[in-house]
Amino acid sequence: MKQVPANISRRHFLKITSLAGGGVLFGFELLANVAPETAADAAPLFSPNAYLSIDPKGIVTLMAPNPEIGQGVKTSLPMLLAEELDVDWNKVVINQAAFDKDKYGNQSAGGSGAIKGRYEPIRKAGAVARMMLIAAAAQTWSVPESECSTENGFVIHAASGKKLSYGELATKSASMPVPENIKLKDPSAFKIIGKRIKNIDNRNILTGKPLFGIDTRREGMLFCMVSRPPAFGKKLKSFDDTEARKIPGVKNVVRTDTVVAVLATNTWAARKGRDALKVEWEDAGKLESTTEHIEAFKNLIQQKSEKPDRNDGDADKALSGAKKVIESVYEVPVLSHAPMEPINFFADVRDGKADLYGPTQVPGRARTDVAKALGIPEDNITLGLPRQGGGFGRKLRSDNVVEAAQISAVAKAPIQMLWTREDDMQGDFYRPNGMYRYRAAINNNNELDGWYLTAVALNGRAAAADNFPAGALANYRVDGQGLTSNIQTGPWRAPTHNAIGFAEQSFLDEIAHELKKDPIAFRLELLEKATTNPVGKVNYNVEKFKGVINQVRQMSNWDKKTPGRFKGFAAYYSFSTYVAEVAEVSIVNGKPKVHKVWAAVNCGQVVNLSGAENQVQGAIVDGLGHAMYTAITLDKGAVQQKNFNTYKMMRMQDAPLDVEVQFVATNEAPTGLGEPALPPIAAVVCNAIFAATGKRIRRLPFNEAFTAK
Amino acid sequence: MASYTITVNNKQHTVDVSPDTPLLWVLRDELNLVGTKFGCGIAQCGACTVLMNDNAIRSCSYPVSAVGVNKITTIEGLSDNGDHPVQQAWDEMDVPQCGYCQSGQVMAAVALLKRKPHPTDEDINAAMSNICRCGTYVRIRKAVHMAAEKTK
Repeated sequence: MKQVPANISRRHFLKITSLAGGGVLFGFELLANVAPETAADAAPLFSPNAYLSIDPKGIVTLMAPNPEIGQGVKTSLPMLLAEELDVDWNKVVINQAAFDKDKYGNQSAGGSGAIKGRYEPIRKAGAVARMMLIAAAAQTWSVPESECSTENGFVIHAASGKKLSYGELATKSASMPVPENIKLKDPSAFKIIGKRIKNIDNRNILTGKPLFGIDTRREGMLFCMVSRPPAFGKKLKSFDDTEARKIPGVKNVVRTDTVVAVLATNTWAARKGRDALKVEWEDAGKLESTTEHIEAFKNLIQQKSEKPDRNDGDADKALSGAKKVIESVYEVPVLSHAPMEPINFFADVRDGKADLYGPTQVPGRARTDVAKALGIPEDNITLGLPRQGGGFGRKLRSDNVVEAAQISAVAKAPIQMLWTREDDMQGDFYRPNGMYRYRAAINNNNELDGWYLTAVALNGRAAAADNFPAGALANYRVDGQGLTSNIQTGPWRAPTHNAIGFAEQSFLDEIAHELKKDPIAFRLELLEKATTNPVGKVNYNVEKFKGVINQVRQMSNWDKKTPGRFKGFAAYYSFSTYVAEVAEVSIVNGKPKVHKVWAAVNCGQVVNLSGAENQVQGAIVDGLGHAMYTAITLDKGAVQQKNFNTYKMMRMQDAPLDVEVQFVATNEAPTGLGEPALPPIAAVVCNAIFAATGKRIRRLPFNEAFTAK
Repeated sequence: MASYTITVNNKQHTVDVSPDTPLLWVLRDELNLVGTKFGCGIAQCGACTVLMNDNAIRSCSYPVSAVGVNKITTIEGLSDNGDHPVQQAWDEMDVPQCGYCQSGQVMAAVALLKRKPHPTDEDINAAMSNICRCGTYVRIRKAVHMAAEKTK
């Protein structure tokens, strides 16, 4: 086996890394212009906390604490440090931190929470260092600290014209007392936060450097493929590996409680060996099918829940006394996460210790779960984080980490476990399918005054009961139910919201059309009611909601009609962020074509304008693609879509030519952004399709409703 | 097992592998060129796109035994300093999110621009069929146009 030479040639750099908590060196190229080692390298570093260090030559190393799954935190979290530290962004080195709860706290990637949760603490970590650098300079010059300022890696004493670099001050700063009252910059002084900063890994990505878990190569490592259950409700009974062991390159075949693993000197041999196994599976539970789930849903949505998720006024009475009742049933399918990087993990478990490296959104949970599975203390486990080829919620489960660790433990060898795409399609924790029965009461004044949603989803999490228009209606009730199943389900980008956003925002459009009101004007009217006459808990801010709605109305020229082009609208609040979207579609060869999408977003202070815009554009394309084509169906526990030939994903030809994004200008603390732009887009486009065709889409994926002429 | 001598990034390599081994795994496991990615294994997603002479091929479904004397170029061999116009445009447009599919996207764009130096949006739709799960298509399209401008 060939080995990649370690991508580290300088002891100096190793030192920085070990000081900062381990991790893999992705920022290496940034050091290309640094002179070779000198005596100065032996001098101590200034590192007031685990997030940053400054060496006497002025090299500033910033740690990216959270897993990078494409949401941009490897760039945006260090930006927060650099801003408060006041250094030149182009001269910092950024390292991905390994998992270390004591040093870095919550290192998970989920719930659009990294920037929201870390905005202030990480800025403080930078500000502390800056204050200590100022203190060191002031002491050196015997001047008051208040007379000193910083700029781009220097402390300056304006009155005397004196200036010292952070490198020159590093050693002395380390002996300064840690300040208690930490002063953060006023947003008006921001030089980095809010600017367009490029993904710090661009160069490594675009030149094919080994960045991802799947790229891991270690001494003695064997490539591993697994034979996994072919259906939910099946488990491993026995296997015959005679043929598998005959494949050149296959070194070992091992089993864990759940899978059979083939270990080989290259991936292809492992794959052929895996395919040559004769495995017998036995029934271990019900073999469920999507058609049965849907029949059960149809029954459940007709039933009343004893425990409504929310119950304002009397929705039943409003419906029975209504001049007109609008009733619609919406349906969404099961979805797979299908991150582009197939599931993998490196594990080396020997002598009661585990060295783990690979893609996970929850390193903390993964370590706990591995410790439990192997019966070893958590302290005996190290877990490093590579860049990850997408997450979308798939890697909030630690199954891949545990599986790799168990295989390595049995084989007593370092292994890289890799699933095929087919393994992933059958082994996911899917976005649950769901059904949503809405009833709206229209009273004698031609007003909406009653709303009753009965929602059901596989394994629950059916409804977001406090969503608008809750708070704006006197009679509002949501009954959320679950259908228990052995099909694994889990969070998929914007969990619950990704389904309910489509149903609820389409139904609101239906009501607006029924009342012959402009869909935007109708929303604004309801929001007004939530202000003047709020009912129950109102968990959204009416002014912010209205703000993004009015902004997108203006951006998209909503009121202007273009012949042959039709617009749809929706707005949604999730992860503390407000998003309003408009799409323009036309019908080409009998099928809807989305030309352009506009989005207005209020996520508080934008940290990285380029990254933020990319997230919103991507979430919209992601949501649109899945709404157009994508569905998983199960037949007797087996997923029928095995790969991207039948599990269709958005490609260039169907993507909108442009997605124009505007952020509300504000310095309020940031809120979530990886997810909130996704929930409304399916309804936005389906509402535009209704405007174009009069056809109301109530079931996704919507391309099923159109056949090419 | 059999011995094959293939030209990758202008260098000859001799590998001893089974004849049905896809080029992808020869690149990744034998030559340590891991910039070419595995995504689906059935030539659907394009994460494994490399150039054979001037054409984009999906290396996950191309057996090493069929390469012969054709010249293979991977993302690592696209330019000496990462400054091919397509690489530059991808960086300037700040295309990548997770980045996993982007080496394949870049190689597909390089092949397109060799064939059509000034592609229209329709040309881009037809040639750029790689999946980006993060949905960076808007920026990819702009980057292809930008790279065409840079190549002028």
